[in-house]
This record gives sequence, C-alpha cells and structure tokens, in this order.
Amino acid sequence: MTEPRRLRNIAAQIALTPAWLIVAFAYVGTVVWTIVISFTSSKSIPSYNFVGWAQYARLFSTDRWYISINNIIIFGVLFLTICLVIGFLLAVALDQKIMFENSYRTVILYPYAMSFVVTGLIWQWMLNPALGIEKTVQALGFPNFSFDWIIRTDMAIYTLVIAGVWQASGLVMALMLAGLRGVDGEIWKAARVDGIPAWRVYLFIIVPILRPMIVTAVVLLSIGVVKAFDLVVALTKGGPGLSTEVPAKFVMDNLFLRANIGLATAASTVMLVTVLAVLVPWFYTEYARRNRGGHA
Amino acid sequence: MSSIASPAAGSRVVVARGPRPQSLTAGRIGLYCFILVTAVYFLAPLYVMLMTSFKSMDEIRLGNIFNLPQHFTLQPWIDAWLHACTGLNCTGISVGFTNSVIITVPSVILSIAAGAINGYALSFWKPRGANVLFAILLLGAFVPYQAFLYPLVRVYSTLGLFNTLTNIITVHIIFGLPVMTLLFRNFYAGIPMELFKAARVDGAGFWRTFFSVMLPMSTPIIIVAVILQATNIWNDFLFGLVFAGRENLPMTVQLNNIVNSTQGERAYNVDMAATILTALVPLAIYFFSGRWFVRGIAAGAVKG
Repeated sequence: MTEPRRLRNIAAQIALTPAWLIVAFAYVGTVVWTIVISFTSSKSIPSYNFVGWAQYARLFSTDRWYISINNIIIFGVLFLTICLVIGFLLAVALDQKIMFENSYRTVILYPYAMSFVVTGLIWQWMLNPALGIEKTVQALGFPNFSFDWIIRTDMAIYTLVIAGVWQASGLVMALMLAGLRGVDGEIWKAARVDGIPAWRVYLFIIVPILRPMIVTAVVLLSIGVVKAFDLVVALTKGGPGLSTEVPAKFVMDNLFLRANIGLATAASTVMLVTVLAVLVPWFYTEYARRNRGGHA
Repeated sequence: MSSIASPAAGSRVVVARGPRPQSLTAGRIGLYCFILVTAVYFLAPLYVMLMTSFKSMDEIRLGNIFNLPQHFTLQPWIDAWLHACTGLNCTGISVGFTNSVIITVPSVILSIAAGAINGYALSFWKPRGANVLFAILLLGAFVPYQAFLYPLVRVYSTLGLFNTLTNIITVHIIFGLPVMTLLFRNFYAGIPMELFKAARVDGAGFWRTFFSVMLPMSTPIIIVAVILQATNIWNDFLFGLVFAGRENLPMTVQLNNIVNSTQGERAYNVDMAATILTALVPLAIYFFSGRWFVRGIAAGAVKG
C-alpha cells in the first residue's frame, strides 16, 4: 500500500475507460440523439429541421399508435397477472415435497430457455385453426369446437398472452421458489400449532415475505412487455389487421420500413419516458438503497 | 436483489420447507391434478413440435397434431437443415446456425471479459465516479432498445461497419455490459476485502491482483455468465435483424424468414424441424447446466 491512492486509481480508471465510452456514446449519446431527431421533420434520413412537438402531435393522432398502446396494456396486464399467479402456484406446488420434483421443475422452466421467435412459431402452429388444436379436437368428435383466436381480430391479442405465459411463468416460479426455500421453517411449525390453514399462511405470511421476489418478477416481466417485439413478429406479425400491433413494432416499422424516422423516434421517446417513470422510483427504493458500492 | 444474486444461495442443497404433507387427502389429489394440467401445458408444444417434424405433409393434413407419426420420416429435418428457403435462397437453416455460432462465440467471450474487469474495478477499486457509471449502466439495461437503434445504425454506417460481423458482435458486447458488470460486481462484493488487501500488500497492482488472485476464484461466476450470455445472444432477434446484415443473419432471424415469409403452401413439418434446430443450443445449455441456469436467471435478473 505504499503507492499513493491517486496512482493506484489510475489503473482502475483506465480499465473503466471503455465502459465510460460505451455509457457516454452508446447509451446516453444515442438516447439524446433519438430525442433530438424526434423534434425534427426527418423522414427517411435525419434532417435537422426542427418542428417542435409536431411529431408527437402526429403520433397521438395516429390510430395505429393508439391501437398499439391499447394492445400492449391488455397484453401487459394479463401477461403480468397470469404469470405471477401461475408462477406462484407452481412454486408452492413444488414446495410440497411432491414426487418427481426435479423433472417437474425442469418441465416448467425449459420454455424460458427458448427464444421468443421459437415460442411464437410453436404457438402459431398449435393455434393454427386449419390444422392445429381446433382441427384435432373437432376430429376427436366435437365438430363444433372452435379455437380460432389467432385469426380473429378481437381475440388474437390473447394468443400472445397464452404464448407469453408459457414462455415466462417458469421465470416467476424460479424466483418464487428461491424465496420459498428461504422461508424460516419455524413459521410453519408455529402456524400448525395455532391451527392456521396452509392457504392462509401462504396468502398472509408468505406472500409478504416474498415481496422482494415479487417486485423483481414484476419489473422483469414489465420490461419484457415494453420490449415485446420478437414474439409478436413470430406469432402474428401484428395481425390480423392491426389487432396485435405493439409499440416496439410500431417503432421498428416506422424506422426501417416506412421511412418515418421522426415519428418513430417520437414513439420510442414516449416508450423511454414511460419506462423511466416506472423505473426510477423502483430503482431508488429497491436497489440503490440496498446495494450501494461493492465493498463498504 | 443482491441476496438472490449471491452465487452461494444457489449452490447449497435446498430442501422443501412447505407444510408437511398429510397422507392422500383431497388437497393432495388436487395438488397432483394441478401438477398434471400445468405439466401438459408446458410440455404439449414441445411434443407437438417433435411429432410434426417427423410426419409427412400428407399425414399433417389429416389433422391430428397429437398423434404419433404413422410413417416416421427424417426428411423434414434434412430439408430444414439443408434446403429450407429464405426468399430465393434455399440453403437451409445450417447457414443461420453457422452465423449464430460465429456471432455468439466472440460476443460471449468479449462481453464476459468486459464485465469481469468492470465488476472487479467497481467492486474493489471504486475509482471516482464509479457509482455514476454503474447507475447509468443499470438504467441502460431497462431502456427499450428502440431508443438506441437509429443513432447506432447511423454511427456504424458512418464508420463503414454497418451490417458486418464487427457490428453485430460489438452491439452484443455493448448491451451485454450492464448484466455482466452487475454479475461480476456482486460476485466480487462477496469476496473478503482482506484477500484483496493482502494481494496489495504483497505489491500486486491492478492487473496482477485481477489475473492472479481474483480471476482464478471466478470460475463459478464465469460459468453462470457463459450460460446467461450464450442463451441471450443465441436467442437474440432484434439486434440480428437490424445489425447483422444479409450475409450474417443469425439463426433466429433466418428461422423467422423461413417460416413467416413462405409463399404458397407451407411445409409445417420442415418449419417445426427448423424451429427445434434453432432451439436446440439453448435447450442443450439448459438441460446440461441444471441449477446453474437458475442461478443465471436470479443473477441476471436486471436484464429484460
């Protein structure tokens, strides 16, 4: 420890220089640039003809954008709720000293290893009305059975939920199970002595204990919802009609297919602000407070 | 999150702590019914996918997706691997497989190296501004990628690197940085400061301490990092679509092109074989890594 602190810090600063450059240019720089473009009249290439809030006004008078927002809210709420409920129930089921526990856990979690593209394509095939589940059940002697959600504009959004829940509820299960395994066994003994039924213990004692895991799961799943793009492209391509359009796809289409860069960057800025509005409070309460610095 | 990210948590043997099961009661039967139903929900797609990939199109048109193949055939797999068409290009998904390997291997190695060095510097050295850097990195992990895309396209075009291998690999390194840094920083936070100080007293500098003291202890977290990054990068679609370029399209993008842009009647058996082939690498990682995979989930929990 003879070298002065200033000197030993130089090596660390040099080592962190690439990270600083990435943060400065690839993260902060690009986001600022995106926001700047959103205030210009850019079409297929960026022009710096500033038009104020015009792109935002245009965005919020675009039906397609409203439909995208509406869809992502329906998908988000259902996906989040069902994933949390099923994930929690699966974790509880796994915590009951069941037979084949390891195989069961493997079965629940494997979809999470697969990409959204693969998930979307599998379910596109399963839900195919001409040859998939619908046809199969009809052939089994239920000719009136109908399960054609994927081609119905009013139901297609729910097929995204089915596929999304299939892919992601294993994640919730894994997080919750880790939490359940950390619960003090004394709680169960005390509850048994007092004759409290197991479901009440789970609901009123265990769930509050699992709060950090639940928050983590909610944050993870919500970020997945905002980023939802691959799944939509693979499962429905946004259709039928505009019935499964989502904001991320709206941005991608306007950036790369429709040469509407100003509009696309305005839309991504709205997405960014929404995410930050949710994230920053969580970040402060849940993370920064507990986890500041490496070593004290 | 730091507690679940701690590698020690996943490695000890865990025991079910739930209420002690009674003998066969109504509740127990209900439990196994729930398990059965959910197991079917999770397994059915994999089963159907496999069955479909071993059937001929004639058999598929008969329309029972759950039936075992009557006339077992491997032809769809051969077609998927060697002859499936992306537009006019009928060279099979093997092209995408090669591209994905070429993209994934350097991306995984370099992003882990970057994360390890950052995590080490942030955790033990804490130079000025370290907290700011880390906070921005973490926030960056949550920002919708759409907010970064267009400027990055412009920058890479200006540099003459757009749609090259360098492009897609560096993008994976850039966006893998937050999770990798967090992973290693939390791991090093669990290593006693005394060890670091001992190395310093012995006169080891920044890099000596890293390479001869910290890195040899990092095997567990490196395994977690490899599992996490290999799966993430293999499964990536968005970056591959935008940055990889026609010559380097990763397997996921090629798969989507094969399945979703076919004109005329679709060969569902070939589609399903191609889908399984694309899922094979992450599935293999999952099945062989076991508990390590779960540790990756908990540790990479800040990733979207």
